Amino acid sequence: MNSVISYFSSFFKGLKSLLVGMKVTIKEFFTPKVTEMYPENRHTTLHVSDRFRGELVMIHNENNEHSCTACGLCQMNCPNGTINIESEIIETEDGKKKKVLKNYFYDLGQCTFCNVCVMNCPQKAIEFRNTFENAVFRREILVKKLNHEGSKLKEKKIIETKQTNQQ
Amino acid sequence: MFDFQIVTSWFDNLLRGCMPEFWVLFIEFVVIGIALLTAYALIALALIYGERKICAFFQCRLGPNRVGWKGLLQPFADMFKILLKEIISINHIDKVLFYIAPFVVIIASFLSFGAIPFGKGMQVLDFNIGIFYVLAVSSLGIIGILLAGWASNNKFSMIGAMRSGAQLVSYELSASVALLTVVVLAGTMQLSEIVEMQQDGWFIFKGHIPMIIAFISYLISGHAETNRGPFDLPEAESELTAGYHTEYSGIQFGFFYLSEYLNMFIIASIATTMFLGGWMPLHISGLDAFNQVMDYIPSVVWFLGKTALLVFFSLWVRWTFPRLRIDQLLHLEWKYILPINMINLIVMTIIVVYGWHF
Repeated sequence: MNSVISYFSSFFKGLKSLLVGMKVTIKEFFTPKVTEMYPENRHTTLHVSDRFRGELVMIHNENNEHSCTACGLCQMNCPNGTINIESEIIETEDGKKKKVLKNYFYDLGQCTFCNVCVMNCPQKAIEFRNTFENAVFRREILVKKLNHEGSKLKEKKIIETKQTNQQ
Repeated sequence: MFDFQIVTSWFDNLLRGCMPEFWVLFIEFVVIGIALLTAYALIALALIYGERKICAFFQCRLGPNRVGWKGLLQPFADMFKILLKEIISINHIDKVLFYIAPFVVIIASFLSFGAIPFGKGMQVLDFNIGIFYVLAVSSLGIIGILLAGWASNNKFSMIGAMRSGAQLVSYELSASVALLTVVVLAGTMQLSEIVEMQQDGWFIFKGHIPMIIAFISYLISGHAETNRGPFDLPEAESELTAGYHTEYSGIQFGFFYLSEYLNMFIIASIATTMFLGGWMPLHISGLDAFNQVMDYIPSVVWFLGKTALLVFFSLWVRWTFPRLRIDQLLHLEWKYILPINMINLIVMTIIVVYGWHF
Protein backbone atom coordinates (compact mmCIF):
# COMPACT_ATOMS: atom_id res chain seq x y z
CA MET A 1 0.00 0.00 0.00
CA ASN A 2 2.80 2.33 0.98
CA SER A 3 4.51 1.81 -2.34
CA VAL A 4 1.27 2.67 -4.16
CA ILE A 5 0.97 5.90 -2.21
CA SER A 6 4.59 6.78 -2.83
CA TYR A 7 4.14 6.03 -6.55
CA PHE A 8 1.32 8.51 -6.90
CA SER A 9 2.72 11.12 -4.52
CA SER A 10 6.10 11.07 -6.28
CA PHE A 11 4.30 11.43 -9.60
CA PHE A 12 2.39 14.51 -8.55
CA LYS A 13 5.37 15.96 -6.71
CA GLY A 14 7.44 15.57 -9.83
CA LEU A 15 4.72 17.16 -11.95
CA LYS A 16 4.51 20.10 -9.57
CA SER A 17 8.26 20.68 -9.58
CA LEU A 18 8.26 20.58 -13.39
CA LEU A 19 5.59 23.26 -13.49
CA VAL A 20 7.56 25.40 -11.04
CA GLY A 21 10.58 25.17 -13.31
CA MET A 22 8.53 26.14 -16.34
CA LYS A 23 7.12 29.12 -14.49
CA VAL A 24 10.64 30.33 -13.72
CA THR A 25 11.77 30.11 -17.33
CA ILE A 26 8.69 31.75 -18.80
CA LYS A 27 9.26 34.67 -16.42
CA GLU A 28 12.82 34.86 -17.70
CA PHE A 29 11.49 34.84 -21.27
CA PHE A 30 9.71 38.15 -20.73
CA THR A 31 12.30 39.97 -18.60
CA PRO A 32 14.33 42.73 -20.30
CA LYS A 33 17.42 41.26 -21.90
CA VAL A 34 20.92 41.99 -20.65
CA THR A 35 22.66 41.94 -24.04
CA GLU A 36 24.69 45.09 -24.78
CA MET A 37 24.18 46.17 -28.40
CA TYR A 38 27.76 47.36 -28.27
CA PRO A 39 28.77 49.54 -31.19
CA GLU A 40 25.32 51.14 -31.39
CA ASN A 41 24.95 51.94 -27.72
CA ARG A 42 28.52 53.18 -27.16
CA HIS A 43 27.40 56.64 -26.25
CA THR A 44 23.93 55.90 -24.93
CA THR A 45 23.12 52.94 -22.74
CA LEU A 46 26.44 51.13 -22.55
CA HIS A 47 27.12 49.96 -19.03
CA VAL A 48 30.60 48.90 -17.96
CA SER A 49 31.11 48.13 -14.30
CA ASP A 50 33.14 50.69 -12.37
CA ARG A 51 35.27 47.85 -11.05
CA PHE A 52 36.31 46.80 -14.54
CA ARG A 53 40.04 47.35 -15.02
CA GLY A 54 40.54 48.85 -18.44
CA GLU A 55 43.69 50.91 -18.08
CA LEU A 56 45.86 52.46 -15.39
CA VAL A 57 45.63 56.21 -14.87
CA MET A 58 47.28 58.64 -12.55
CA ILE A 59 44.85 60.80 -10.66
CA HIS A 60 45.33 64.50 -11.31
CA ASN A 61 43.35 67.25 -9.58
CA GLU A 62 42.13 70.45 -11.19
CA ASN A 63 45.48 72.22 -10.59
CA ASN A 64 47.27 69.52 -12.61
CA GLU A 65 48.76 68.01 -9.48
CA HIS A 66 49.24 64.33 -8.79
CA SER A 67 50.25 62.59 -5.57
CA CYS A 68 52.95 60.30 -6.89
CA THR A 69 56.15 60.64 -4.89
CA ALA A 70 58.13 58.43 -7.28
CA CYS A 71 58.77 55.93 -4.48
CA GLY A 72 58.85 53.10 -7.03
CA LEU A 73 56.74 50.63 -5.02
CA CYS A 74 54.41 50.02 -7.92
CA GLN A 75 57.33 49.40 -10.26
CA MET A 76 58.89 46.93 -7.84
CA ASN A 77 55.64 45.10 -7.21
CA CYS A 78 54.58 44.81 -10.82
CA PRO A 79 54.86 41.14 -11.82
CA ASN A 80 55.44 41.88 -15.52
CA GLY A 81 57.61 44.96 -15.48
CA THR A 82 54.79 47.02 -16.85
CA ILE A 83 55.64 50.19 -14.99
CA ASN A 84 58.79 52.19 -15.52
CA ILE A 85 59.35 55.25 -13.37
CA GLU A 86 61.86 57.95 -14.21
CA SER A 87 62.60 60.32 -11.39
CA GLU A 88 64.97 63.21 -10.88
CA ILE A 89 66.49 65.00 -7.90
CA ILE A 90 65.63 68.67 -7.68
CA GLU A 91 66.51 71.33 -5.12
CA THR A 92 63.64 73.11 -3.44
CA GLU A 93 63.62 76.84 -2.53
CA ASP A 94 64.82 76.11 1.03
CA GLY A 95 67.82 74.23 -0.27
CA LYS A 96 66.62 70.69 0.33
CA LYS A 97 67.17 67.95 -2.18
CA LYS A 98 64.02 66.17 -3.26
CA LYS A 99 63.17 63.29 -5.53
CA VAL A 100 60.32 64.06 -7.89
CA LEU A 101 58.58 62.19 -10.66
CA LYS A 102 59.76 62.91 -14.15
CA ASN A 103 58.04 60.30 -16.30
CA TYR A 104 55.68 57.53 -15.33
CA PHE A 105 55.62 55.00 -18.18
CA TYR A 106 52.98 52.32 -18.22
CA ASP A 107 52.93 49.60 -20.89
CA LEU A 108 49.32 48.58 -21.44
CA GLY A 109 50.44 45.74 -23.69
CA GLN A 110 52.29 44.04 -20.83
CA CYS A 111 49.74 44.65 -18.11
CA THR A 112 47.70 41.75 -16.72
CA PHE A 113 45.41 44.10 -14.79
CA CYS A 114 46.21 42.38 -11.51
CA ASN A 115 45.73 45.60 -9.51
CA VAL A 116 48.85 45.02 -7.38
CA CYS A 117 50.26 48.45 -8.25
CA VAL A 118 47.12 50.21 -7.10
CA MET A 119 46.98 48.19 -3.88
CA ASN A 120 50.62 48.97 -3.07
CA CYS A 121 50.55 52.67 -3.75
CA PRO A 122 50.87 54.43 -0.37
CA GLN A 123 49.68 57.75 -1.82
CA LYS A 124 46.65 56.44 -3.74
CA ALA A 125 48.14 58.16 -6.76
CA ILE A 126 47.06 55.67 -9.41
CA GLU A 127 43.88 53.77 -10.15
CA PHE A 128 42.24 51.62 -12.81
CA ARG A 129 39.56 53.14 -15.00
CA ASN A 130 36.86 51.18 -16.86
CA THR A 131 37.75 52.65 -20.27
CA PHE A 132 38.11 49.53 -22.35
CA GLU A 133 38.48 50.69 -25.96
CA ASN A 134 42.26 50.47 -25.94
CA ALA A 135 42.90 48.75 -29.26
CA VAL A 136 45.56 50.42 -31.43
CA PHE A 137 47.51 49.45 -34.50
CA ARG A 138 51.06 49.68 -33.18
CA ARG A 139 52.55 48.30 -30.01
CA GLU A 140 54.52 51.42 -29.24
CA ILE A 141 51.34 53.41 -28.73
CA LEU A 142 50.44 51.13 -25.85
CA VAL A 143 53.33 52.52 -23.79
CA LYS A 144 51.69 55.45 -22.09
CA LYS A 145 53.02 58.29 -20.04
CA LEU A 146 50.64 58.62 -17.11
CA ASN A 147 51.71 61.90 -15.55
CA HIS A 148 50.35 64.85 -17.46
CA GLU A 149 52.59 67.43 -19.09
CA GLY A 150 53.78 70.03 -16.58
CA SER A 151 52.12 68.35 -13.61
CA LYS A 152 53.68 68.48 -10.19
CA LEU A 153 53.37 66.89 -6.79
CA LYS A 154 50.52 67.92 -4.52
CA GLU A 155 51.35 70.06 -1.46
CA LYS A 156 52.62 67.95 1.37
CA LYS A 157 50.08 69.17 3.87
CA ILE A 158 47.28 67.68 1.89
CA ILE A 159 49.03 64.37 1.71
CA GLU A 160 49.63 64.36 5.44
CA THR A 161 46.02 65.02 6.26
CA LYS A 162 45.08 62.29 3.84
CA GLN A 163 47.30 59.84 5.62
CA THR A 164 45.94 60.78 9.03
CA ASN A 165 42.47 60.28 7.66
CA GLN A 166 43.38 56.84 6.53
CA GLN A 167 44.68 55.91 9.94
CA MET B 1 -12.55 28.97 -46.51
CA PHE B 2 -10.31 28.63 -49.56
CA ASP B 3 -9.94 25.03 -50.73
CA PHE B 4 -6.49 24.34 -52.16
CA GLN B 5 -8.03 21.43 -54.08
CA ILE B 6 -9.23 23.99 -56.66
CA VAL B 7 -5.65 24.82 -57.59
CA THR B 8 -4.50 21.21 -57.77
CA SER B 9 -7.45 19.97 -59.84
CA TRP B 10 -7.11 22.97 -62.21
CA PHE B 11 -3.44 22.11 -62.70
CA ASP B 12 -4.33 18.44 -63.23
CA ASN B 13 -6.97 19.23 -65.85
CA LEU B 14 -4.63 21.66 -67.60
CA LEU B 15 -1.96 18.96 -67.98
CA ARG B 16 -4.41 16.23 -68.93
CA GLY B 17 -5.70 18.40 -71.76
CA CYS B 18 -2.40 18.39 -73.62
CA MET B 19 -0.39 15.26 -72.78
CA PRO B 20 -0.72 11.51 -72.06
CA GLU B 21 -1.33 10.18 -68.57
CA PHE B 22 2.26 9.10 -67.96
CA TRP B 23 3.64 12.61 -68.46
CA VAL B 24 0.85 14.16 -66.42
CA LEU B 25 1.72 11.98 -63.46
CA PHE B 26 5.44 12.48 -63.99
CA ILE B 27 5.18 16.27 -64.01
CA GLU B 28 2.85 16.28 -61.03
CA PHE B 29 5.18 14.07 -59.00
CA VAL B 30 8.15 16.29 -59.81
CA VAL B 31 6.25 19.47 -58.92
CA ILE B 32 4.99 18.01 -55.67
CA GLY B 33 8.46 16.75 -54.82
CA ILE B 34 10.02 20.16 -55.41
CA ALA B 35 7.29 21.89 -53.43
CA LEU B 36 7.76 19.53 -50.51
CA LEU B 37 11.54 19.87 -50.57
CA THR B 38 11.28 23.65 -50.61
CA ALA B 39 8.79 23.63 -47.76
CA TYR B 40 11.04 21.22 -45.87
CA ALA B 41 14.08 23.47 -46.23
CA LEU B 42 12.21 26.68 -45.48
CA ILE B 43 10.51 25.26 -42.40
CA ALA B 44 13.87 23.97 -41.18
CA LEU B 45 15.40 27.44 -41.60
CA ALA B 46 12.46 29.05 -39.80
CA LEU B 47 12.81 26.53 -36.98
CA ILE B 48 16.54 27.14 -36.65
CA TYR B 49 15.92 30.87 -36.42
CA GLY B 50 13.10 30.35 -33.94
CA GLU B 51 15.15 27.99 -31.85
CA ARG B 52 18.10 30.36 -31.64
CA LYS B 53 15.91 33.35 -30.83
CA ILE B 54 13.73 31.60 -28.28
CA CYS B 55 16.67 29.88 -26.64
CA ALA B 56 18.36 33.27 -26.35
CA PHE B 57 15.28 34.82 -24.81
CA PHE B 58 15.06 32.06 -22.22
CA GLN B 59 18.69 32.77 -21.33
CA CYS B 60 18.10 36.52 -21.06
CA ARG B 61 19.98 37.26 -24.29
CA LEU B 62 18.83 38.75 -27.60
CA GLY B 63 20.05 36.01 -29.94
CA PRO B 64 21.15 36.57 -33.53
CA ASN B 65 20.52 40.18 -34.52
CA ARG B 66 23.30 41.20 -36.89
CA VAL B 67 22.69 39.32 -40.15
CA GLY B 68 19.69 40.91 -41.76
CA TRP B 69 16.81 42.60 -39.97
CA LYS B 70 16.66 41.17 -36.43
CA GLY B 71 19.02 38.43 -37.59
CA LEU B 72 16.49 36.96 -40.02
CA LEU B 73 19.19 36.00 -42.52
CA GLN B 74 21.20 34.13 -39.88
CA PRO B 75 19.80 30.65 -40.73
CA PHE B 76 20.63 31.26 -44.42
CA ALA B 77 24.19 32.11 -43.44
CA ASP B 78 24.29 28.96 -41.32
CA MET B 79 22.97 26.94 -44.23
CA PHE B 80 25.59 28.22 -46.66
CA LYS B 81 28.30 27.62 -44.12
CA ILE B 82 27.24 24.01 -43.66
CA LEU B 83 26.89 23.50 -47.43
CA LEU B 84 30.41 24.77 -48.07
CA LYS B 85 32.06 22.72 -45.37
CA GLU B 86 34.33 19.85 -46.23
CA ILE B 87 33.11 16.28 -45.80
CA ILE B 88 36.00 14.68 -43.99
CA SER B 89 36.54 11.07 -44.97
CA ILE B 90 37.36 8.93 -41.98
CA ASN B 91 39.50 5.80 -41.96
CA HIS B 92 38.38 2.49 -40.48
CA ILE B 93 34.66 3.04 -40.86
CA ASP B 94 32.04 0.97 -42.59
CA LYS B 95 31.94 3.18 -45.68
CA VAL B 96 28.59 2.07 -47.11
CA LEU B 97 26.61 2.23 -43.89
CA PHE B 98 28.34 5.44 -42.84
CA TYR B 99 27.28 7.25 -46.00
CA ILE B 100 23.78 5.74 -46.10
CA ALA B 101 22.89 6.65 -42.50
CA PRO B 102 22.13 10.38 -42.88
CA PHE B 103 19.96 9.65 -45.90
CA VAL B 104 17.94 7.07 -43.98
CA VAL B 105 17.32 9.59 -41.22
CA ILE B 106 16.29 12.38 -43.54
CA ILE B 107 14.16 10.13 -45.76
CA ALA B 108 12.25 8.90 -42.72
CA SER B 109 11.44 12.42 -41.61
CA PHE B 110 10.65 13.43 -45.20
CA LEU B 111 8.21 10.54 -45.66
CA SER B 112 6.21 11.53 -42.61
CA PHE B 113 6.44 15.18 -43.67
CA GLY B 114 4.48 14.29 -46.83
CA ALA B 115 1.49 13.00 -44.90
CA ILE B 116 0.85 16.16 -42.94
CA PRO B 117 -2.34 18.06 -43.87
CA PHE B 118 -1.05 21.64 -44.13
CA GLY B 119 -4.35 23.18 -45.09
CA LYS B 120 -7.68 22.54 -46.72
CA GLY B 121 -6.85 20.30 -49.67
CA MET B 122 -3.11 20.65 -49.07
CA GLN B 123 -2.05 17.11 -48.28
CA VAL B 124 0.19 14.96 -50.41
CA LEU B 125 -0.35 11.48 -48.97
CA ASP B 126 -3.83 10.77 -47.70
CA PHE B 127 -4.34 7.06 -46.99
CA ASN B 128 -7.11 5.43 -45.06
CA ILE B 129 -4.36 4.35 -42.65
CA GLY B 130 -2.75 7.80 -42.50
CA ILE B 131 -1.77 7.92 -38.85
CA PHE B 132 -0.51 4.35 -38.95
CA TYR B 133 1.68 5.29 -41.90
CA VAL B 134 3.07 8.32 -40.09
CA LEU B 135 3.96 6.25 -37.03
CA ALA B 136 5.57 3.59 -39.18
CA VAL B 137 7.78 5.84 -41.28
CA SER B 138 8.75 8.20 -38.50
CA SER B 139 10.18 5.27 -36.57
CA LEU B 140 12.35 4.35 -39.56
CA GLY B 141 14.68 7.16 -38.53
CA ILE B 142 15.99 5.07 -35.67
CA ILE B 143 17.59 2.73 -38.21
CA GLY B 144 19.61 5.61 -39.58
CA ILE B 145 20.70 6.63 -36.10
CA LEU B 146 21.74 3.08 -35.21
CA LEU B 147 23.59 2.75 -38.53
CA ALA B 148 25.40 6.03 -37.94
CA GLY B 149 26.51 4.98 -34.49
CA TRP B 150 27.52 1.50 -35.59
CA ALA B 151 29.36 2.50 -38.75
CA SER B 152 31.37 5.30 -37.11
CA ASN B 153 33.70 2.83 -35.37
CA ASN B 154 33.70 5.05 -32.33
CA LYS B 155 32.64 4.01 -28.87
CA PHE B 156 30.92 7.29 -28.06
CA SER B 157 28.89 7.16 -31.26
CA MET B 158 27.99 3.58 -30.44
CA ILE B 159 26.82 4.43 -26.92
CA GLY B 160 24.83 7.36 -28.29
CA ALA B 161 23.16 5.21 -30.91
CA MET B 162 22.33 2.48 -28.39
CA ARG B 163 20.81 4.99 -26.01
CA SER B 164 18.90 6.48 -28.87
CA GLY B 165 17.60 3.05 -29.83
CA ALA B 166 16.40 2.28 -26.32
CA GLN B 167 14.82 5.69 -26.04
CA LEU B 168 13.07 5.82 -29.40
CA VAL B 169 11.73 2.27 -29.24
CA SER B 170 10.23 2.79 -25.81
CA TYR B 171 8.78 6.22 -26.41
CA GLU B 172 7.36 5.12 -29.74
CA LEU B 173 5.01 2.92 -27.71
CA SER B 174 3.41 5.61 -25.63
CA ALA B 175 3.24 7.98 -28.59
CA SER B 176 1.34 5.34 -30.55
CA VAL B 177 -0.99 4.56 -27.66
CA ALA B 178 -1.71 8.26 -27.19
CA LEU B 179 -2.56 8.56 -30.89
CA LEU B 180 -4.67 5.40 -30.64
CA THR B 181 -6.77 7.22 -28.06
CA VAL B 182 -7.61 9.75 -30.74
CA VAL B 183 -8.27 7.02 -33.28
CA VAL B 184 -10.73 5.41 -30.84
CA LEU B 185 -12.64 8.67 -30.59
CA ALA B 186 -12.45 9.48 -34.29
CA GLY B 187 -13.16 5.98 -35.54
CA THR B 188 -10.81 6.47 -38.48
CA MET B 189 -7.11 6.62 -39.20
CA GLN B 190 -7.35 8.86 -42.24
CA LEU B 191 -5.81 12.22 -41.41
CA SER B 192 -8.13 14.26 -43.63
CA GLU B 193 -11.21 12.68 -42.07
CA ILE B 194 -9.83 13.20 -38.57
CA VAL B 195 -9.46 16.90 -39.37
CA GLU B 196 -12.95 17.06 -40.90
CA MET B 197 -14.45 15.53 -37.76
CA GLN B 198 -13.06 18.37 -35.68
CA GLN B 199 -15.08 21.02 -37.48
CA ASP B 200 -17.52 21.52 -34.61
CA GLY B 201 -14.94 21.20 -31.85
CA TRP B 202 -11.36 20.12 -31.59
CA PHE B 203 -10.74 16.65 -30.19
CA ILE B 204 -9.04 18.05 -27.14
CA PHE B 205 -12.39 19.65 -26.20
CA LYS B 206 -14.55 16.80 -27.47
CA GLY B 207 -12.71 14.07 -25.62
CA HIS B 208 -12.19 16.18 -22.47
CA ILE B 209 -10.13 14.56 -19.66
CA PRO B 210 -8.69 11.44 -21.35
CA MET B 211 -7.90 13.51 -24.42
CA ILE B 212 -5.98 16.08 -22.41
CA ILE B 213 -3.99 13.30 -20.75
CA ALA B 214 -3.30 11.74 -24.15
CA PHE B 215 -2.28 15.15 -25.52
CA ILE B 216 0.23 15.77 -22.74
CA SER B 217 1.67 12.27 -22.87
CA TYR B 218 1.96 12.51 -26.66
CA LEU B 219 3.83 15.79 -26.30
CA ILE B 220 6.22 14.23 -23.79
CA SER B 221 6.87 11.07 -25.76
CA GLY B 222 7.02 12.95 -29.06
CA HIS B 223 9.53 15.30 -27.52
CA ALA B 224 11.57 12.29 -26.43
CA GLU B 225 11.41 10.90 -29.96
CA THR B 226 13.02 14.02 -31.38
CA ASN B 227 16.13 13.47 -29.20
CA ARG B 228 15.91 16.96 -27.82
CA GLY B 229 15.59 18.85 -24.61
CA PRO B 230 15.70 16.87 -21.41
CA PHE B 231 15.79 13.70 -23.49
CA ASP B 232 18.92 14.44 -25.52
CA LEU B 233 20.94 11.55 -24.08
CA PRO B 234 21.91 10.18 -27.50
CA GLU B 235 23.94 13.31 -28.11
CA ALA B 236 24.68 14.32 -24.54
CA GLU B 237 27.41 16.88 -25.19
CA SER B 238 29.02 16.60 -21.82
CA GLU B 239 29.38 12.82 -21.99
CA LEU B 240 29.45 11.70 -25.61
CA THR B 241 30.73 14.74 -27.57
CA ALA B 242 27.86 14.61 -30.07
CA GLY B 243 26.66 11.02 -29.78
CA TYR B 244 25.84 9.19 -32.97
CA HIS B 245 26.82 12.07 -35.29
CA THR B 246 30.23 12.74 -33.75
CA GLU B 247 32.11 11.59 -36.86
CA TYR B 248 29.95 13.38 -39.38
CA SER B 249 30.88 16.68 -40.96
CA GLY B 250 29.60 19.09 -43.56
CA ILE B 251 26.29 18.38 -45.19
CA GLN B 252 26.10 14.87 -43.71
CA PHE B 253 25.94 16.43 -40.28
CA GLY B 254 23.56 18.96 -41.80
CA PHE B 255 21.16 16.15 -42.65
CA PHE B 256 21.05 14.96 -39.05
CA TYR B 257 20.62 18.52 -37.88
CA LEU B 258 17.85 19.20 -40.40
CA SER B 259 15.97 16.03 -39.62
CA GLU B 260 16.15 16.77 -35.91
CA TYR B 261 14.48 20.13 -36.43
CA LEU B 262 11.95 18.75 -38.88
CA ASN B 263 11.08 15.91 -36.52
CA MET B 264 10.24 18.54 -33.95
CA PHE B 265 7.95 20.18 -36.51
CA ILE B 266 6.41 16.84 -37.52
CA ILE B 267 5.67 15.88 -33.93
CA ALA B 268 4.08 19.28 -33.34
CA SER B 269 2.04 19.09 -36.53
CA ILE B 270 0.80 15.56 -35.82
CA ALA B 271 -0.24 16.74 -32.36
CA THR B 272 -1.99 19.69 -34.02
CA THR B 273 -3.80 17.45 -36.47
CA MET B 274 -4.86 14.89 -33.94
CA PHE B 275 -5.70 17.03 -30.94
CA LEU B 276 -5.99 20.68 -31.91
CA GLY B 277 -8.09 20.34 -35.06
CA GLY B 278 -5.38 20.56 -37.71
CA TRP B 279 -6.16 23.40 -40.09
CA MET B 280 -9.69 23.79 -38.71
CA PRO B 281 -10.39 27.27 -37.35
CA LEU B 282 -11.56 27.69 -33.80
CA HIS B 283 -15.35 27.45 -33.76
CA ILE B 284 -17.49 28.06 -30.74
CA SER B 285 -21.04 26.84 -31.26
CA GLY B 286 -23.54 29.64 -30.83
CA LEU B 287 -21.22 32.53 -31.71
CA ASP B 288 -21.88 32.71 -35.45
CA ALA B 289 -20.24 36.10 -36.00
CA PHE B 290 -17.10 34.92 -34.24
CA ASN B 291 -17.05 31.74 -36.33
CA GLN B 292 -17.42 33.78 -39.53
CA VAL B 293 -14.42 35.93 -38.64
CA MET B 294 -12.37 32.85 -37.80
CA ASP B 295 -13.26 31.35 -41.19
CA TYR B 296 -11.61 34.27 -42.99
CA ILE B 297 -8.18 33.32 -41.67
CA PRO B 298 -6.62 30.92 -44.21
CA SER B 299 -6.35 27.29 -43.16
CA VAL B 300 -2.57 27.23 -43.64
CA VAL B 301 -2.20 30.06 -41.15
CA TRP B 302 -4.31 28.17 -38.63
CA PHE B 303 -2.24 25.06 -39.07
CA LEU B 304 1.14 26.79 -38.89
CA GLY B 305 0.02 28.95 -35.97
CA LYS B 306 -1.02 25.98 -33.85
CA THR B 307 2.12 24.09 -34.81
CA ALA B 308 4.30 27.07 -33.94
CA LEU B 309 2.64 27.22 -30.55
CA LEU B 310 3.48 23.58 -29.89
CA VAL B 311 7.03 24.07 -31.17
CA PHE B 312 7.40 26.98 -28.77
CA PHE B 313 6.15 24.73 -26.01
CA SER B 314 8.72 22.10 -26.86
CA LEU B 315 11.50 24.70 -26.89
CA TRP B 316 10.27 26.01 -23.58
CA VAL B 317 10.55 22.50 -22.14
CA ARG B 318 13.93 22.03 -23.75
CA TRP B 319 15.46 25.10 -22.18
CA THR B 320 13.92 24.51 -18.78
CA PHE B 321 14.73 20.99 -17.66
CA PRO B 322 18.06 19.29 -17.03
CA ARG B 323 18.93 16.15 -18.94
CA LEU B 324 17.66 12.82 -17.61
CA ARG B 325 19.86 9.85 -16.90
CA ILE B 326 19.21 6.79 -19.08
CA ASP B 327 17.65 4.81 -16.20
CA GLN B 328 15.47 7.77 -15.24
CA LEU B 329 14.41 8.09 -18.84
CA LEU B 330 13.30 4.48 -19.14
CA HIS B 331 11.80 4.64 -15.66
CA LEU B 332 9.64 7.59 -16.73
CA GLU B 333 8.46 5.80 -19.84
CA TRP B 334 7.82 2.27 -18.58
CA LYS B 335 6.60 3.06 -15.09
CA TYR B 336 4.66 6.26 -15.59
CA ILE B 337 3.74 7.35 -19.10
CA LEU B 338 2.97 3.95 -20.63
CA PRO B 339 0.69 2.66 -17.81
CA ILE B 340 -1.08 6.01 -17.68
CA ASN B 341 -1.59 5.85 -21.43
CA MET B 342 -2.91 2.29 -21.32
CA ILE B 343 -5.47 3.14 -18.64
CA ASN B 344 -6.29 6.30 -20.54
CA LEU B 345 -6.99 4.29 -23.66
CA ILE B 346 -9.39 2.02 -21.77
CA VAL B 347 -11.14 5.04 -20.23
CA MET B 348 -11.45 6.59 -23.67
CA THR B 349 -12.94 3.39 -25.06
CA ILE B 350 -15.53 3.29 -22.27
CA ILE B 351 -16.38 6.95 -22.88
CA VAL B 352 -16.83 6.33 -26.59
CA VAL B 353 -18.92 3.20 -26.01
CA TYR B 354 -21.29 5.01 -23.65
CA GLY B 355 -21.19 8.21 -25.69
CA TRP B 356 -20.01 10.44 -22.84
CA HIS B 357 -17.96 12.65 -25.11
CA PHE B 358 -19.23 15.87 -26.70
